Amino acid sequence: MPKSYALVVIGAGPGGLCAATTAANWGLEVVVLDEQPAPGGQIYRAIAQSPPDRSALLGTDYQHGAELVQAFQASGAQYWPETSVWSLNAQRQIGILRQGQASLIQAKRVIVASGAMERPVPFPGWTLPGVMNAGAAQILLKSAGVVPADGTVIAGVGPLPLLVAWQYLRAGVGVKAILELSPLRNLWRAVPYLPGALGAGDYLQRGLKYTLDLVRGRVPIHYGVSHLQALGTDRIEAVSYGCDILGVQRRKTVTTDSLLVHFGVIPRTNLTQAVGCQHIWDRGQQCWRSQLDRWGNTTVPGIAVVGDSAGIGGARSAEHSGRLAALEAARSLGIMSAEERDRQAHNDLNWMKRDLQVRPFLEALYRLPDSLLIPADDSTLVCRCEEITAGQIRAAVRHGHTDPNRVKFYLRCGMGPCQGRQCAPTVAHVVAAEHKCPVSEFQPFRVRPPIRPLSINQLAHLKDV
Amino acid sequence: MFKRLDNPTGNTVTVTIEDEQVQVPAGETVAATVLVHGFRHTRTTPLSGAPRAPLCMMGVCFECLMEIDGVPNRQACQVQVAEGMQIRRQQGVGNPYA
Repeated sequence: MPKSYALVVIGAGPGGLCAATTAANWGLEVVVLDEQPAPGGQIYRAIAQSPPDRSALLGTDYQHGAELVQAFQASGAQYWPETSVWSLNAQRQIGILRQGQASLIQAKRVIVASGAMERPVPFPGWTLPGVMNAGAAQILLKSAGVVPADGTVIAGVGPLPLLVAWQYLRAGVGVKAILELSPLRNLWRAVPYLPGALGAGDYLQRGLKYTLDLVRGRVPIHYGVSHLQALGTDRIEAVSYGCDILGVQRRKTVTTDSLLVHFGVIPRTNLTQAVGCQHIWDRGQQCWRSQLDRWGNTTVPGIAVVGDSAGIGGARSAEHSGRLAALEAARSLGIMSAEERDRQAHNDLNWMKRDLQVRPFLEALYRLPDSLLIPADDSTLVCRCEEITAGQIRAAVRHGHTDPNRVKFYLRCGMGPCQGRQCAPTVAHVVAAEHKCPVSEFQPFRVRPPIRPLSINQLAHLKDV
Repeated sequence: MFKRLDNPTGNTVTVTIEDEQVQVPAGETVAATVLVHGFRHTRTTPLSGAPRAPLCMMGVCFECLMEIDGVPNRQACQVQVAEGMQIRRQQGVGNPYA
């Protein structure tokens, strides 16, 4: 029999850390499984190892992570670093891989805190070396102090491109241009949500500060950009884009050996999909997420989801949702009554509600148009692993392979090493567009274990912990 | 091309990147190391042989697959450098860049 723990938390970002800290402080035996070598998740990556000058450069939002890690380390929760989770089932058996050894553990309660990933958006040339996600470049900066050597262009949507550019400005890294790809009309759609956003905290003020600092630093920011393209043969040599100048479409080209792109983030749902939790299409966030109650409970008993893996709410909301799920775990295991849980949860529920008020504004402002979600050019690669183009997917739909899973069986898109992580959203959007109906009418790719790499040899030597 | 903001201080390890010995900071990922070393691409694809480089740096894109200590298909962004480590690009079939 596998060893059983009261609570297993998967992931050590703000959601996972706060869930584990709260549960351990209430006396639960908690194990945190983390793929990374140190706690913090991607948002606070390497926070405890970061040299002081690098932390200072990254800004106060990043430094906040140190408080979460300290509280976690003082809580008595067990921490298993460099541990990947390759399976989770409805009986709450968890398949893990740690130091090359595959094993199974059992949990009475599971809190999934696997975070978000950058939304993959295919455009011509996106597979060329030198094109990297902006969040990925930020991970390089946080974890290793590594930056583009000869400047970069940052393109996409959302607050992250601004933040990365601002951090680069402080680090002395050349930012040749920021290309903002959200349509200008989004501004008018976002305006009704402005009062709510202003009540959520200082998010908009910070965005303005980054923008003003960048303008003062003479970083060119171009709004309303379209038709992004990376040019080159075996690596990127230039970025080409369209911009609207006084109603006239112009094409511009910037020479660069580095292009950083970002199109918002989406929840990582592989684990909860493999378990069989119910998922819904979130129209505001333009992604699938688990169906949850206010405590983060999924439709599978004993399994909760917190933080951005539950739907994009940002790092601060992740803390609240982590604590709420931990309180619910303590209640369900008989540590506290429902009344006590509700009393303890009061502040977190209120603060989370306030913090989330910024989301409708951000979702409207950075909403991706179909022109980005659905590659216009038939030759654009959608599945990077199996090298399947948008044209092949459209042809498959016309030939009667009418939903994303059938397209997957027919073309192998989504069957390569990344197991559909990079192509699932686009395949769904392309299929839906061919049918002229909403994405929500289709099932996402089916996900089955192992959901992280596991060799046959490792599986053959499976042990109970 | 990528560079380090500061020269490595503190602990270093020696790794071999395609027959070249390099001293790099301990605790860094293989992906960070080879990007700073000047690798534009880290693998070529098995289908067309196209060159690819790290995209996500968090283990979800599988573009940084490399041959580490003789084992292929390792995610370079998820593996930390270690003393004596042997790192090679992963070559796809029919690769024009070999």
